[in-house]
Amino acid sequence: MKEKVESFIKSKLSSFVFKEEAVNSNIPTFFIKSEGIFPVIKALKEDKELQFNFLNDLTAIDWLGKKTPRFEVCYLLRSVPNKHFRIMLKVPLEEGETIPTIVPIFRGANWPEREVFDMFGIEFTGHPQMERILLPDNFQGHPLRKDYPLEGFGQDYLIADLLHIHQEDKEK
Amino acid sequence: MGLNETLSKPGQMLGDMAQVSTLDAVVNWGKSYSLWPYPFATACCGIEFMSTACSDNDIARFGAERPSFSPRQSDMILVLGTITYKMAPVLREIYDQLCEPKYVVSVGACASSGGMFDTYGVVQGVDRFLPVDIYVPGCPPRPEAIMDALIKLQQKVKTQGLEARRQEVMRKIDEINEKNKPVIVR
Repeated sequence: MKEKVESFIKSKLSSFVFKEEAVNSNIPTFFIKSEGIFPVIKALKEDKELQFNFLNDLTAIDWLGKKTPRFEVCYLLRSVPNKHFRIMLKVPLEEGETIPTIVPIFRGANWPEREVFDMFGIEFTGHPQMERILLPDNFQGHPLRKDYPLEGFGQDYLIADLLHIHQEDKEK
Repeated sequence: MGLNETLSKPGQMLGDMAQVSTLDAVVNWGKSYSLWPYPFATACCGIEFMSTACSDNDIARFGAERPSFSPRQSDMILVLGTITYKMAPVLREIYDQLCEPKYVVSVGACASSGGMFDTYGVVQGVDRFLPVDIYVPGCPPRPEAIMDALIKLQQKVKTQGLEARRQEVMRKIDEINEKNKPVIVR
């Protein structure tokens, strides 16, 4: 199965491959360019033989000071008809770069993409609702970045906003 | 036999059918034995509260008869667990929906001080935005500690007059507003 996926990506999607790098993992890993993630996942899902029809996970990694580009957005795909075979697609991104959404292919990617935006500040273009999901809307910063301090930058403004909003509501 | 002497021995001079007291004392006596709790349970302290309310420990013995899941029908809110900044506006709104008289009990380390979660997402104590009456230590506290808090609150309700209570809440809310005034925004 691994060879099939490798040959499929090399033969049909080679223009979207970012680089080839050996990864110490039992899951075959492919590095994809950010503009190619939509066609690659669409092709893997719609191929008659491979049928990667389940998005297991969508998350990101911050390799601050260890790798350039800094971020990697990870897509863990599963092929249910092929004995639940899994592959990992990784998209390296620099800070401030955007990545196309895959919500039209997998609707379940909606919330994970919002979570990645919330925690890492990576914006997904074309997403139906690119807002924070876990943290308050008035939160500043992206806490899963490696350069974010654990206690935050001083969260007093959240309480102040809360009391302020609260008083405004009362006046109305 | 003057009136003063009668008042000094309540329940004796006029027989079993009548007692002489002040209105404050009667109202507070009634309030103290009908403190219905509103459990705002977000973490493991909520499980501990369940144990407190069940028959082994039975918080109903002290008049906190049933956990009321509507803020309109309860007298004290028990904050049981970690409060995040996302949850804080919800808790504040629920506190505002409670009908007077209302009391706040902060149960456990997380609600009282943020506990071990000294992080970007967790409020470092609900007294940042609520006027707390009783703090219960423990992580989570034993049921006995929660019942002790209830008894302490009953004593407070019995001894504190209505006007004194009003003054205390106003002072605490002023303190909260004052503490949050000099805001450092990045």
